[in-house]
Amino acid sequence: MSTLQNIQGNAACAAGAIAAGCRFYAGYPITPSSEIAEQMAARLPKVGGTFIQMEDELGSMAATVGASLGGVKAMTATSGPGFSLKQENLGYAAMTETPCVIVNVMRGGPSTGLPTRPAQADIMQARWGTHGDHPIIVLAPHTVREIFEETIRAFNLAEALRVPVVVLYDETIGHLVETVDLTPPQPEDIVTRTFASGPAEDYLPYAAGEDMIPAFPRPGDGYRTHTTGLTHDERGFPTQDPQKVDAFMKRLLGKLERHAKMIEKTESVEVDDAQVLIVTMGTPARAAKTAIRQLRDEGIRAGLLRPVTLWPFPEAALRAAAKGKRAVLVPEMNAGQLILEVQRVLGGAAPVSGLNVFNGEPIAPQQIAQAVKELVK
Amino acid sequence: MNEIKVTSADEFDIRDWLRTDLMPHFMCPGCGHGIALRALLWACHELGIGKDRLAVVSGIGCSGRTGAYIDANTFHTTHGRPLAFATGLKLARPDLTVIVISGDGDSLAIGGNHLIHACRRNLDMTLVLLNNEVYGMTGGQVSPTTSAERFTTTTPAGNMEPVFDACKLAEGAGASFVGREATLQTPALKDLFKAAIAHKGFSLTEVISDCTEIFGRKNALGSSPEMVLKQKKVMIPAHTDNRVPEPFKPHPFETGVFVRQERPEYGEVYEALRARVREKGK
Repeated sequence: MSTLQNIQGNAACAAGAIAAGCRFYAGYPITPSSEIAEQMAARLPKVGGTFIQMEDELGSMAATVGASLGGVKAMTATSGPGFSLKQENLGYAAMTETPCVIVNVMRGGPSTGLPTRPAQADIMQARWGTHGDHPIIVLAPHTVREIFEETIRAFNLAEALRVPVVVLYDETIGHLVETVDLTPPQPEDIVTRTFASGPAEDYLPYAAGEDMIPAFPRPGDGYRTHTTGLTHDERGFPTQDPQKVDAFMKRLLGKLERHAKMIEKTESVEVDDAQVLIVTMGTPARAAKTAIRQLRDEGIRAGLLRPVTLWPFPEAALRAAAKGKRAVLVPEMNAGQLILEVQRVLGGAAPVSGLNVFNGEPIAPQQIAQAVKELVK
Repeated sequence: MNEIKVTSADEFDIRDWLRTDLMPHFMCPGCGHGIALRALLWACHELGIGKDRLAVVSGIGCSGRTGAYIDANTFHTTHGRPLAFATGLKLARPDLTVIVISGDGDSLAIGGNHLIHACRRNLDMTLVLLNNEVYGMTGGQVSPTTSAERFTTTTPAGNMEPVFDACKLAEGAGASFVGREATLQTPALKDLFKAAIAHKGFSLTEVISDCTEIFGRKNALGSSPEMVLKQKKVMIPAHTDNRVPEPFKPHPFETGVFVRQERPEYGEVYEALRARVREKGK
């Protein structure tokens, strides 16, 4: 059954969350993400879930993690200033391996910045916002349909890998209305964490097998475990034993690499014969697709590599796509964040230049086309 | 909850409720938090709460570390946020009995916003606020409940700030159950916890605890028994009509249950909302 409808990006995010099995949302009003909270407030009670508007951003992140600690799929959404406030408890989710989804609809910054204008200046905050080495997955959709899909995938990855997952997109897509098919996924395409089962005697909540993901002990199931943000051993209790700390950190930081195939996702457009490779995400990726068509009409061969999974960064896919290219262009709505990662990965294999717009306007196709033309001159 | 028992101190064996494999614990000698923990678990025992259905959420500080010793589902969260974590947990899992253990810094300073909104919202959980007048874990800094003129590492010339009265704050914010007891009287403390946990809605129970090693030493308050006995001198049991509010003096405190009222419990209110929207959708 097709469910073709005109829907806004933020509403598609809420629809994706419900379809993924999200049954708890805690939020705090902030432009330009508030529609997600409003949608969830209306939708969740209908499916037996719970919506709560908390007293602040810190509390909404804490309540989201608290609900997930109870075994329920949970999410929150915010924008720049709120995303900063959520970072401490996001780190707690990473440390305690509590699945949760955080949506950050990016607006101009720093500080209060441009609340109603788009930006992509939280690319690095999404990866490194909370203190300490930590695992995190960040997904970067660029259409309304993709917001729906990637929100579902965010829940699936969070549940499968017991990790916080950030869905990161800019204000333009958040408020964009497109006609899309939001057919819910098949039940077999929805992932729910593995709950601990078996004898409670000698149970070790943080002992993981080959897959490095321990089963989740649901309160009430008889395991009576301890959850702490302190570095803990396999029993879940605090430890400072260097060997145990080392083993724990290696598993915590290594689990995403172990499951890299499940996580990695990129889109390639006309990359093979391209002279110039464009690497970008979100709204500028839409402009890049238009620019590539225009450039090809003029005989200039450009191609696009778009990280759909932004973090962990698709290093191998970028190296392969950039091979033999005359130049790499990184358009982004910030002063230069994605380009740092592109330069690091390519290590001088191809010249990399940026196209940076941070005036609150989306990047236009003409700007990208012009920049490519400069590079092939 | 099953039958409610009343047991003597001898009949209750705290070891049934503790993770004894974590002993020895890391509290300082003379710390009042252990007495409060005993009273809390004694209350749970008498209320017939199953350990599998008990969730204890705590924050950061000496109070925050207290929960780990309980043989239940325990969550040691971030500084000041245990009430917010607990709000999510209780809404997602109304079948759990949720108890939050927090301290004066955790609840009244960094987590103050969550406290007042938890009081207002009236979700069914019990806050055990262990008030020892000091940030003990970090080495003895001034807290919002440190008495006037007391010495701490960040008030080397004596504290100049007025104190927060957690119970008055909670009452003002709309808490449906508010009470206070001191570690001096363990059975009374146990009874306060029992009433608070049994109360349907948000309960704040403030415990006048003592920090012997850091706060006591810094202020020459003597050994732990001496500190506890001093509680008696400044304690005003409820209903004596003997209010002496002197916020700038080492303060006298009232004990007893100050607020106990029936108010709609948030979880039930939300469940009614779910039923309403489902009915509309038909």
